[in-house]
Amino acid sequence: MLAFARRCTKEILRDPATIFFGLGFPLILLLLLSTLQKNIPTPLFEINDLAPGICVFGLSFFSLFAATLVAKDRESAFLQRLYTTPLTAADFILGYTLPLLPLALLQSLLCLLASVPLGLSVGVNTLFALISIFPIALLHISLGLLCGSMLNAKQVGGICGALLTNLTAWLSGIWFDLSLIGGLFEKIATALPFYHAVELAKTLQHGNYEAVALHLLSPIFSAFLITGLSIFCFLRQMQRL
Amino acid sequence: MTAIQTINLSKKYKDLTALDSLNLKIEEGELFALLGMNGAGKTTLIKLLSCLSSPSSGDAFINGLSVTHERKNVKRILGVSPQETALAPNLSVQENLCLLCDIHKFSKEKTNAKVSEIAEKLKLNDVLHRKAGKLSGGWQRKVNIALALIAEPKILFLDEPTLGLDVTARHDLWDLIRTIKKDSTIILTTHYLEEAESLADRIGILKNGKLIALGTTQELKEKANAQNLETAFVSLIREEEELC
Repeated sequence: MLAFARRCTKEILRDPATIFFGLGFPLILLLLLSTLQKNIPTPLFEINDLAPGICVFGLSFFSLFAATLVAKDRESAFLQRLYTTPLTAADFILGYTLPLLPLALLQSLLCLLASVPLGLSVGVNTLFALISIFPIALLHISLGLLCGSMLNAKQVGGICGALLTNLTAWLSGIWFDLSLIGGLFEKIATALPFYHAVELAKTLQHGNYEAVALHLLSPIFSAFLITGLSIFCFLRQMQRL
Repeated sequence: MTAIQTINLSKKYKDLTALDSLNLKIEEGELFALLGMNGAGKTTLIKLLSCLSSPSSGDAFINGLSVTHERKNVKRILGVSPQETALAPNLSVQENLCLLCDIHKFSKEKTNAKVSEIAEKLKLNDVLHRKAGKLSGGWQRKVNIALALIAEPKILFLDEPTLGLDVTARHDLWDLIRTIKKDSTIILTTHYLEEAESLADRIGILKNGKLIALGTTQELKEKANAQNLETAFVSLIREEEELC
């Protein structure tokens, strides 16, 4: 499994899109919105709220990374070749998932570090906020595995690269207060885990521990659900050859 | 010794019978070519024998191991070169080779020795440190075969190994396949009849999932009363169509 995981790490890190969207883009957004906040102050883009939000938004690109890798491996018959080796289904699933988890944490860590000069309060709460992204990171990686198992590389670009990143952005309450729209939109957004993941990281950053329980369950439950579903779909495509 | 034996091996996809009660024996050290039109069942047979899919009924044995019940052990002795080039594009050729060695749990010393040996044998030294995805089609085909060979397979499946190559690259690969033949039993599928004629010890012709002819090139020519393999192939296929 480690051999396959090492290979996946190399494939991901050697793709320039990973470096740009994984590390560069969230940092650019952070700087742009901080500058905007300086000129037109708004509570939503206050750095202690903005930084956790950008961390969670940045993770949506990990669905794209995972999905593209799996879809390309399937298309190129590379996976087919590996299915004829002694590697097991668990080796494949862990091999795709494990390299992306530390990369997701690294992305969030860099985002938080870049926020320090912009005024982010740093302390043990920041560490908790960083740890809290784990379930939503797993959720995004599993979504990638799920899409990569069912779609081709071109479709993955559309679904994960455009649709999913936009859904995460609009429905997470990072860019605007969801109550401003209200109604069905707000109900859908609060039913999904993205909003809760952002609020969880924000509440932890603010040290508002009593609100943690409100937002903890949705990302964890969704991560388990989507991980289970992605394993099911991956195994199905393995048997469909 | 029998390397491969299929017993009433069948594969059905809903209403389509891709392989129909195939009974076949391939001896150790043999280079066996599978011929057939598109959709004849060649790739289905390779997928079944290499544990990529499961039979609908019947069974196949690789060195005495069942492909339905002893898949893990079967996979340890197989090498497969799929029809499409199957490489990790952002990894160098050397890293691709090492990956396969790691998967087969070779020691570091053995991995280094095997990579050097394969690179030497297949003349890959010039491209060893280049990214696999950046190589030309001919080089990628060579690396594709190298990856199938690196784990010292007892049985090697080559699914259309020279598809899309120019004449010289194809002849280079034929030379390579002749060299490999000394160490492994090879099952080759191809659309190029001259390839089968040049390389194979025996040839099997599949049509609609059934084995309609089996023998050496000479035996097939005699059976069809033909001057060359191409005429024999066409004649045997048409004969079968008339019978249907």
